[in-house]
Amino acid sequence: MTQSIDRRSFLKLTGQALGAGALYQVGATWGTAPGGRAVLAALGRQNGEAPQPFSFVQLSDTHVGFQGPPDPLGTRAFELAVAQINALPRQPELILVTGDLTHDSDHPGESLARMRRFQAIAGRLRVKQLHCVPGEHDAGLDGGGLYRSVFGPSHYAFEHRGVHFIALDNVSLGQPDVGPEQLAWLRQDLARFALSTPIVVFTHRPLFDLKPEWEWYTGDGDQVMNLLAPFENVTVLYGHIHRNHVLEQGHARHFAARSLIFGFPDPATTGARKPLPFDPAAPFKDLGLRRVDLTRPGPEPVLDVTEVELRMAEYAGTVGSQQLLKGGDLP
Amino acid sequence: MTTRPAFAILALLALGPVARAQEPREIAITARRYAYDPPVVRLKRGERVTLVLTAVDVAHGLMCRPLRLKADLRPGVPVRVPLESREAGTFVAICNHFCGPGHSEMTMTFIVAGDAGVP
Repeated sequence: MTQSIDRRSFLKLTGQALGAGALYQVGATWGTAPGGRAVLAALGRQNGEAPQPFSFVQLSDTHVGFQGPPDPLGTRAFELAVAQINALPRQPELILVTGDLTHDSDHPGESLARMRRFQAIAGRLRVKQLHCVPGEHDAGLDGGGLYRSVFGPSHYAFEHRGVHFIALDNVSLGQPDVGPEQLAWLRQDLARFALSTPIVVFTHRPLFDLKPEWEWYTGDGDQVMNLLAPFENVTVLYGHIHRNHVLEQGHARHFAARSLIFGFPDPATTGARKPLPFDPAAPFKDLGLRRVDLTRPGPEPVLDVTEVELRMAEYAGTVGSQQLLKGGDLP
Repeated sequence: MTTRPAFAILALLALGPVARAQEPREIAITARRYAYDPPVVRLKRGERVTLVLTAVDVAHGLMCRPLRLKADLRPGVPVRVPLESREAGTFVAICNHFCGPGHSEMTMTFIVAGDAGVP
């Protein structure tokens, strides 16, 4: 009993003072939790490699190239996030970026310039393992051709310390779909793994009907989740909605990340998908982070979710906002 | 036995006007960055219509879950979509094929009136 439940809690999400994004700690409690060592050993026997504790960061929706009333600061939040990740005393091992790296443009050559700009900022990260998926603003107009020429495949999989990571592309078809070709690939990919293998899927749009009339859905997301349903421990990370959201669905948990450009409102409280207005007194207030702590490991694990607003003493208030607009150096 | 085809033809001729009367009304809608024309379509509950959708510039879509409406539009290729609403109300349909910077603003509205003509 303890064994199966501890498998479910392999992903401990711990928010750090990143200012943006979320830091995930994988299996951090297993070494000390009751039954934890036995679970690791059992998973190692079944999967070939036992998951080992490590952490990673999810960033999302940097929209490089966007500059408008909802965020006149452009890439400042993205740059700040990079600086704060670099300042972490214990560096994460991976960075996952869940789409909309750039904002689309109709001007020839501008989309490529924005992708290069993204790479230049991300290149400042001390962590060099960067794994991206496209958003519709990166890949929706040309079927993902330019994105793939710059960043490589838009769907792929890899292993890291016993965890199987799957990047899914649900934007390149233009419509919110993964598509039959990718579904066939996913079916084949999953067939190689024991059902106890911890799986992290990262993609841009939600794989469930969160708010279809706001295009917050994936048309064939249910087929993706049906393929993942037999697996005991599935975590889906996504972006697109520019706000936090957590959904538990069978063995799977879906986590949305805040953006690094502007927030969207809660669809339950408004009928219009309009970006939240920029607040000069708190320029990054909707770009904060999510902290989730596993406070009670064991048969009935409890996850505490805490929303943490970004606070920067150096740039607090309207004066600080003006300083940022003038291009002041980030701390 | 030989008279049956003649009866069948006569029956079809008699039903002709009725059949024509039941043909769904056609409603032409064009899609271009970042609007539909017309932006509002009015229907009656239970009325069967055929939407004739045409994208005139780039690929677009039209999607409305409550109306079970979904269409993928390629530039210059008309797409015929049957539509029948079983309930009255106002329904917003969105472009669900990413079409550019104004994509998220591209919507249209279906207003379905009740039996008495009151939405």
